[in-house]
Amino acid sequence: MSLNVGILSIQGDVQENLLSTRAALNELGIDGKVTDVKTPEEISQLDGLIIPGGESTTIGQLSLVNGSLKVLKEKIENGMPVLGICAGMIMLSKTADDRVVGKTGQPLLDILDIKLERNSFGRQKESFEADVSMDSINIPKFNGVFIRAPSVSDVGSDIEVLSKFNERIVAVKKGNVIGTSFHPELTKDISLHKFFVNLVNTSKT
Amino acid sequence: MLPLSGDRHDAKGIVSEKINSIDILRGSSTLKRGFAHMLKNGVVMDVTTMEQAQIAEEAGAVSVMVLDKLPSDVRKAGGVARTASIRIIEDIMDSVTIPVMAKCRIGHINEALVLQETDVDMIDESEVLTPADESHHIWKWDFTTPVVNGARSLAEALRRIEEGAAMIRTKGEPGTGNVAEAITHIKKVNDELRTIKAIYDSGDNQDLVRMAREFKVSYDIVEQTAKLGRLPVVNFAAGGIATPADAAYLMSLGCDGIFVGSGIFNADDAQERARAIVLATTFWNESDKVKEAQKMIDERQSMLGLDVNTLKLRMQERGGSS
Repeated sequence: MSLNVGILSIQGDVQENLLSTRAALNELGIDGKVTDVKTPEEISQLDGLIIPGGESTTIGQLSLVNGSLKVLKEKIENGMPVLGICAGMIMLSKTADDRVVGKTGQPLLDILDIKLERNSFGRQKESFEADVSMDSINIPKFNGVFIRAPSVSDVGSDIEVLSKFNERIVAVKKGNVIGTSFHPELTKDISLHKFFVNLVNTSKT
Repeated sequence: MLPLSGDRHDAKGIVSEKINSIDILRGSSTLKRGFAHMLKNGVVMDVTTMEQAQIAEEAGAVSVMVLDKLPSDVRKAGGVARTASIRIIEDIMDSVTIPVMAKCRIGHINEALVLQETDVDMIDESEVLTPADESHHIWKWDFTTPVVNGARSLAEALRRIEEGAAMIRTKGEPGTGNVAEAITHIKKVNDELRTIKAIYDSGDNQDLVRMAREFKVSYDIVEQTAKLGRLPVVNFAAGGIATPADAAYLMSLGCDGIFVGSGIFNADDAQERARAIVLATTFWNESDKVKEAQKMIDERQSMLGLDVNTLKLRMQERGGSS
């Protein structure tokens, strides 16, 4: 049974996730295809989805326009594994306020019971690389690339915290849904993409 | 993974620090070029006020670029065009959640330093402003904040990347509402990329060296680019984009995204036009959506375009020879 993994290609770094996910499938020897998806029809056929980094306000508004937001929510609520990276994690959250601007009213999927602070570590000049660990999913050391990154300021009781950086939550998991503040697709290390592909594979079989 | 590395060993913009005894790195190529990767498939809009910035954000822009005057007004006003008022830039930074960019003059290191200190998310070393140094661009490796540059050819683009540009945009002819020059530039860059890719594939290193000498750049960057078959940084289109169809056309030529200067806020239907251009950029390969977007605007409200051949001031030529 061949896996069908999609990268939401409304806006953001789609290509990087395509390459990392293809490399992950390849290394794991799992049969499957990775494509960029945009329309509700394409999304409805997926076994797993990555929402890439980008601008969450743009991704939110435009996925609302073409009806993909609604299909996404239904699919994820029905158990489709999803990895949300930076803007993608913001999309998955229940509440996201900006550190400076405050409330925004942007469209969100409301899947993860987490409260997010957008641009939590500051503006681009304050963007940074640092090692993070995700011990509970057997990734003890990972190069975290944080670009105008959000952090999780509050989690519901059903949320598993995967990683913290300097006391702030930067990766979370709830069942088949993963969110990270940092960008695994911008590093050569594909271990998180491999973990996600395995999750998609397990959930399909 | 796309190539994000390529740090110079002596880049002063890269800063190692400790936060509570945790080692961190700022200003690396991964972070600077990576920032530009997050803008892909998006529209960056020129704005001059807080109200315009908010309209841009609501329309779905991925970023705003703050100027004192829109490029077409720079053209009309004449005189010397400089970086925007810091107070206005700061007000805009406080009122939108999307990244905020600002322009500095070509070669004006201290205007760029002021913008870095202001904490803008990206600096545009731009030919729209009056150049401060025609023969030297800024050495951008010394900046922690990423810098974008304009280019009309592969040679110009690679020269800017060697100086540390984290992103490239075509120059087009700013402030004209005429997309012809942007189209010419992106096609030229694409043609030249095909040429060096073919040379690379043929294994003729001597010919690649000849190209490097012609381009006035190092062999290494020509080889890296030829191997990739694309620029090693994100490449946007800019200059003269005024309608949704303009944006869709440039996306179809392989641009990673779009800058819109005067085309939105010098039109009489700015709010609708901003949304329409974002729609056409996102769904550029779905003709029904581009038509829908085009229908949202009224051609009678487009900015009056300028014939590029009659222009006294060709901004694209600024900084082009160095």
